[in-house]
Amino acid sequence: MDRRDFVKKSIFASGLMLVPSFLKGMDLLGPNEISGYRNLIIIQLSGGNDGLNTIVPFQNDIYHQLRPNIAKSGTDLFKLNDELSINSSCLGLKELFDQGELSIINNVGYPNPNRSHFRSTDIWHSASASDEYLKTGWVGRYLDSHCQSSYQAIEHDASLSMILKGQNLKGIAVKNPQELFQATREKFFKSIADNTDAELLSENNQGYLYKTLLETYSSAEYIYTQSKIYESAAEYPNTAFAKNLKGIADFINSGLKTRVYYSSLGGFDSHVNQKQSQDGLLKTYSEGIAALVKDLKKTGKFKDTLILTFSEFGRRVKENGSKGTDHGTANNLFMIGGSLKKSGIYNEAPNLENLDSNGDLKHSIDFRSVYSTVLNNWLEVDTKLILSKQFENLSFI
Amino acid sequence: MPMEITKKEIQHLYWRAGFGIQPGQLKSIENQSREEIVDALFSSSKKFIPLDADLGPLITDRNKLSKQKRKELKKLDKKNIFTMNVLWMQRMAETEAVLREKITFFFHDHFAARINSPHGLLHLNNIVREHALGSFSTMLMEVSKSPAMISFLNNKQNKKSHPNENFAREVMELFTLGRDNGYTEIDIQEAARSFTGWSYSKEGKFVFNERVHDTASKTFLGETGNFKGEDIINILLKQKQTARYLTEKLIEFLISRPLSKDQLEKFTGVFYDSGYDLSKLIRSVFLSDEFMAEESIGCRIKSPTELLVGITKQFKIKYQDPKPLIKLQSKLNQVLFFPPNVAGWQSGKGWIDSSTLMLRMQLSAILLNFGVIAWDEDGDTPEEANEILKKQRSRVSARVEKRFKAYPDWKFFETEIKSQESRLIDYLIQPKLSAGAKATIANSSEFSVKERAIELVSLPEYQLC
Repeated sequence: MDRRDFVKKSIFASGLMLVPSFLKGMDLLGPNEISGYRNLIIIQLSGGNDGLNTIVPFQNDIYHQLRPNIAKSGTDLFKLNDELSINSSCLGLKELFDQGELSIINNVGYPNPNRSHFRSTDIWHSASASDEYLKTGWVGRYLDSHCQSSYQAIEHDASLSMILKGQNLKGIAVKNPQELFQATREKFFKSIADNTDAELLSENNQGYLYKTLLETYSSAEYIYTQSKIYESAAEYPNTAFAKNLKGIADFINSGLKTRVYYSSLGGFDSHVNQKQSQDGLLKTYSEGIAALVKDLKKTGKFKDTLILTFSEFGRRVKENGSKGTDHGTANNLFMIGGSLKKSGIYNEAPNLENLDSNGDLKHSIDFRSVYSTVLNNWLEVDTKLILSKQFENLSFI
Repeated sequence: MPMEITKKEIQHLYWRAGFGIQPGQLKSIENQSREEIVDALFSSSKKFIPLDADLGPLITDRNKLSKQKRKELKKLDKKNIFTMNVLWMQRMAETEAVLREKITFFFHDHFAARINSPHGLLHLNNIVREHALGSFSTMLMEVSKSPAMISFLNNKQNKKSHPNENFAREVMELFTLGRDNGYTEIDIQEAARSFTGWSYSKEGKFVFNERVHDTASKTFLGETGNFKGEDIINILLKQKQTARYLTEKLIEFLISRPLSKDQLEKFTGVFYDSGYDLSKLIRSVFLSDEFMAEESIGCRIKSPTELLVGITKQFKIKYQDPKPLIKLQSKLNQVLFFPPNVAGWQSGKGWIDSSTLMLRMQLSAILLNFGVIAWDEDGDTPEEANEILKKQRSRVSARVEKRFKAYPDWKFFETEIKSQESRLIDYLIQPKLSAGAKATIANSSEFSVKERAIELVSLPEYQLC
């Protein structure tokens, strides 16, 4: 027999692997553990969502004076209290508000705000001060200090954001767990991973490739086999954003030992004709969230879930010449969950009389206070290794 | 004394100045000096040949058309942008003017625009291509005045009565000075006032609309005058920080490892003193010690474009259907003419996460062998299992072939590599192999050239150049 006949070829793209019993010895949540395993979903509205047209100070004269073309009023709104209303594209959020499952925190920001998308996103992801440059994200540092595996933080997307990158561990970016898992079955790749010693890897790019490879091997099988367990039959809107949320719900409902999920919705940079673009995006956001909450309620997981939604900055109070708004500063932030301590409007409405020299809102709550609260009171960990200093805790959870 | 250059160094130069080198070409220049090879890179890129795609006429006043017609046009635009994408990929892999295309690729990212108009995008792409080895000053001015950039960064809406800051902010943050490098929010507002009135006609030509221009005095970066947009660009070019920012970014692209402040300042000086002559800067980089230092070789993580074009070039892959190529770009997070935002793409480690790394390593099998990597099991798998595997293999092959329709020219590769066969690893892999890689390919010595090449391209090391 020709030697060539002994050469076996393995097949990565095939679903027909000779699959061992996956679940043996796997680190899964048992049925009685699933309940009570808390998780956090972080959502970024990328581009800078205009908070003032989301949660609207509809009684404020300055608001209407400064926004003659784009101010919201009347049927554009659902009333929340005497001062504030919510954009009518956010029906789902309004319902959560009424049920005590949404807390709206106003005027969140940080000192010396930066109006660049990229820098301000870095600041929010890394939890740095505006003059401090960190290379790791705050969830990444949570992984480093309190977790064992990459899969404990998952980004439901094709690429990994800074927020999930730590010094030693980084989260997993995955859209299709099956594809990722099958790739790791390739014998050639498996051999490389098996022959690599994590201790010997260097800090350079080559070391980084191998480190990522090992992280993938330690997580891909887990995520795939686990996430197969539950596939939601719940209905989600037909948007890419909602599909990501459904993916996250499947992970949570399957009992994945993931603590933090991250996803983003882009396009909020409304310099021009804001009304159309922003309302459509808010609708996508609100409908997606509503479907997710409904799904999690059905499985009893909503009480163990906290959803934090932020944007890298709010927008200027005064509209610009193109029926849009330019980059601003402080903004509102949403906390959604089945176990909120304080729901509704958390604090004072934005003060439009006391703007900074650019005509932007001043912040009254540091965004790191929100992170600190989530870490202390929800994930129940010490912030010392994650945030550079102590921040005052809030009382929403 | 001419500078000597090794084969590995020639490969290094060709990876950074272009998209790799084919074995035959390597053979033909291996006895030349480094200066000669660098000179040849410039001379073969001397001529500017615009990328030309048949986009049909520019259709203006779309608002007057029916909804159905507008929808059709939108679809056609998208198709045209994909056509441009594939044409450009093909050019990168086949052209002799590799340096011009590589630097065009650099500026495609630097001047990132995300708009739906294929005409606008192609025009912008050709501005950048025309000046890629010429004057950055001219390129910056023409890009700033291009309909693509004016539309993307809302300068059309920037009017005296209501200034729009978008372009003014990004021209400083991303195109010249770099973020937070010596300008204030006031400078942004003053610059925005100066750019008022910059717009373009229905035919896609720049126009200065004097009626909406703010003619009053402005103070920008310490200078005061009745500035127009051109004045702002010229003041920005006067700042050495602009040369420094561009130089650092280009060094990151060409050398891809951190240099000392002094080293960077040396290159900044070359660029600034030359009046922003890109050829002078790039030539000085290629002839520098920093570029050819051992630690520079194989340290760069290939961008998805470099990876795809590189493998296409080395194995002369023909794609019967361009769609999968776009799909691969998308999964690897870099679709040409479709940057994620105004800051362009990420770079370096930013390309790498679990999903992209696995796909990058699978590319070899997908594009070179219909999804299969040879594997010597050295074992005694029973005959029946073999048969099952064989059948599975041919099913998968058929499926991957159908899905990707990628056909490498193995005859070409095997003929060209013949003279270099002993150094197949050295030819395909730029960095030193890791222990894991060495152990994995140790048993492959009896494999054919083809099988060994597929393995090597599947290694994490192939992601580096």
